[in-house]
Amino acid sequence: MSAPTTTPGQGNPTPEAPAATPGPPAARRRTLATRWRRDRALVLMTLPAIALLAVFAYLPMLGNIAAFQYYSPYSGFFNSPFVGLDNFARVFTNPAFLNAVLNTLMITAFQLVFFFPVPIALALLLNSVISPRVRVFIQSVVYLPHFFSWVLVVTIFQQILGGAGLISQTLRENGYSGFDLMTNPDTFLLLITLQAVWKDAGWGIIIFLAALSTVDPALHEAAASDGAGRWRRMWHITLPALRPVVILLLILRLGDSLTVGFEQLILQRDAVGAEVSEVVDTFVYYQGVVYGDWSFAAAAGLAKGLVSLVLVLGANKLAHVFGEAGVYQR
Amino acid sequence: MSAQIGDQTAPAAVTETARRTGVGPGAPQRHDDLPPTRRRRRRANGRPVWEEDPHPVGLGLKGVVLALVVLVVAFPLYTVVVTSFSTQAETLRAGGLVVIPGELTLEAYRQILSGGVVTRAAVVSVGITVVGTALSMLVSVLAAYGLSRPGSLLHTPLLFVFLITMFFSAGLIPSYLLVSGLGLIDSYWALILPTAVSAFNILILRNFFMGIDNAILDAARIDGAGEWRILLRIVMPLSGAVLAVVALFYGVGYFNAFFNAVLYINDNAKWPLQLVLRSYVLQGASLPGGADPGQAASGAVAGMPIKMAVVVLATVPILLVYPFVQRHFTKGVIFGAIKG
Repeated sequence: MSAPTTTPGQGNPTPEAPAATPGPPAARRRTLATRWRRDRALVLMTLPAIALLAVFAYLPMLGNIAAFQYYSPYSGFFNSPFVGLDNFARVFTNPAFLNAVLNTLMITAFQLVFFFPVPIALALLLNSVISPRVRVFIQSVVYLPHFFSWVLVVTIFQQILGGAGLISQTLRENGYSGFDLMTNPDTFLLLITLQAVWKDAGWGIIIFLAALSTVDPALHEAAASDGAGRWRRMWHITLPALRPVVILLLILRLGDSLTVGFEQLILQRDAVGAEVSEVVDTFVYYQGVVYGDWSFAAAAGLAKGLVSLVLVLGANKLAHVFGEAGVYQR
Repeated sequence: MSAQIGDQTAPAAVTETARRTGVGPGAPQRHDDLPPTRRRRRRANGRPVWEEDPHPVGLGLKGVVLALVVLVVAFPLYTVVVTSFSTQAETLRAGGLVVIPGELTLEAYRQILSGGVVTRAAVVSVGITVVGTALSMLVSVLAAYGLSRPGSLLHTPLLFVFLITMFFSAGLIPSYLLVSGLGLIDSYWALILPTAVSAFNILILRNFFMGIDNAILDAARIDGAGEWRILLRIVMPLSGAVLAVVALFYGVGYFNAFFNAVLYINDNAKWPLQLVLRSYVLQGASLPGGADPGQAASGAVAGMPIKMAVVVLATVPILLVYPFVQRHFTKGVIFGAIKG
């Protein structure tokens, strides 16, 4: 699982990268010109993608200048006045923004407890199914919702759990009172977690199943013949096999703490109200695109981006401290 | 990294190494992939000899839980499909979604597919998906191959250009200002270009390409093949599984994208399917020219079959492709995800 190459700090900047291209010794003294002749096709191949990223990923980074201006679309970046950190001061003293941050962190924490373990449990359960046919069938069913759009998932939930939905309808027909989970702010956290589980928990198991498949059955056999029971084998063999993947995903999730299902939330914001459903991303959207306070929204967005960057680097550092590979290695 | 190539052409030695190390395409996914010597040592119920028999209660519980999981996913989809094929009267009798099929009809599909808003939106969505996926795959495969040889000229800086976008994104406001500044508001390109390159997908492709046996590539090089020819004739044919999976990721991304369209498409006539789904099904606006006006007047559940038909329509392209790509998931995704 320790992959030698994809990540920063791993790619060897010198041409003599020992593992990848075992070229002849002469290769060490190649000049820049010969290397260019040899590799120019490879460099050219990356250019279309880099051009797209330059325009649609890197150019907008410069656009964050708006966060330090009173940006107005009529004056543009060049003629809008600079105001230093004014916008950030406005952002961090804005009660609605602080509420959005709080909601975001609550959703992340709630889902860490009630969403994150579900795929692991499902994977362990599925891994113990002997019949390959049953296993493949279950897999193809539970993977499917991952490929549905959020609009679709919310629509389906509305039809099943909404006020006029299937379950309420059935309850009412039998003399009970119905309920409407879709518009109730008190249960919103539960609702979006249910939706997330329904949509993505199934897909989440794929990575754990793969980790489980790398366990050598001989380990289980040896442990069993030494008298280890089912649960002991689970504790000492199966779960340790999952540990690196669990830590990796935990890091990614923590680094993404400030990003929670944007499309999912914006679709349901009107139904339950901003009080519980406003998160940082929806806040940025409404302040900027809807209300036109571009600089204010850009400052909030930039603050979020920077904090997220720190979080992911920090989480990764933490993983290294605990002796795990993390997202990348140094 | 040990030498690995696609299963179909893997020499026995490579697969054997992979199986022993538990890494790579030849690694066992399950006990049943093991060589026959192992398989013979199983009992009739498929368990290896050393494993104790499961407790009947535990076994029963496991079955119930798994059946429940499948049911929770499948049941909503089932009722949606049944409702879309039901008559208006049937949905009124059921008070919404139909669980037990009664009177069936294709009327809802005839209405939404006979031109009008839904048909146009479906065409838009499919068009964006096809063009977008083609463009994304083209640039991604090229970039992934270009980045697949550590030690090549500028390899690390170029790789970083992609990796940085995974850790830091510019944010919504500057992206919106850029797209509107480029004059792409109400242009379909606004739904394609900003999301055309995914560093994550490129890394999945790159990891797979890097696993291809260098000996094959060297042999081709000695025979005088350039990088372009190697990519086209050797690497691509060996990478069917991962190409299919990544194309599915891109395709699903384009087809399902909803928020980009909210941002960039103001003209209703250019709406993709997800926006139509939101407005007419989720938010319950009445479908202009779609539903029969007489039905639309008859209450909240009016047009229920039509709404559900739109929902089904929004899943059809995914359901069409899914079975063909699904069997490649493990190989394609795991290669990128775990090894990456």
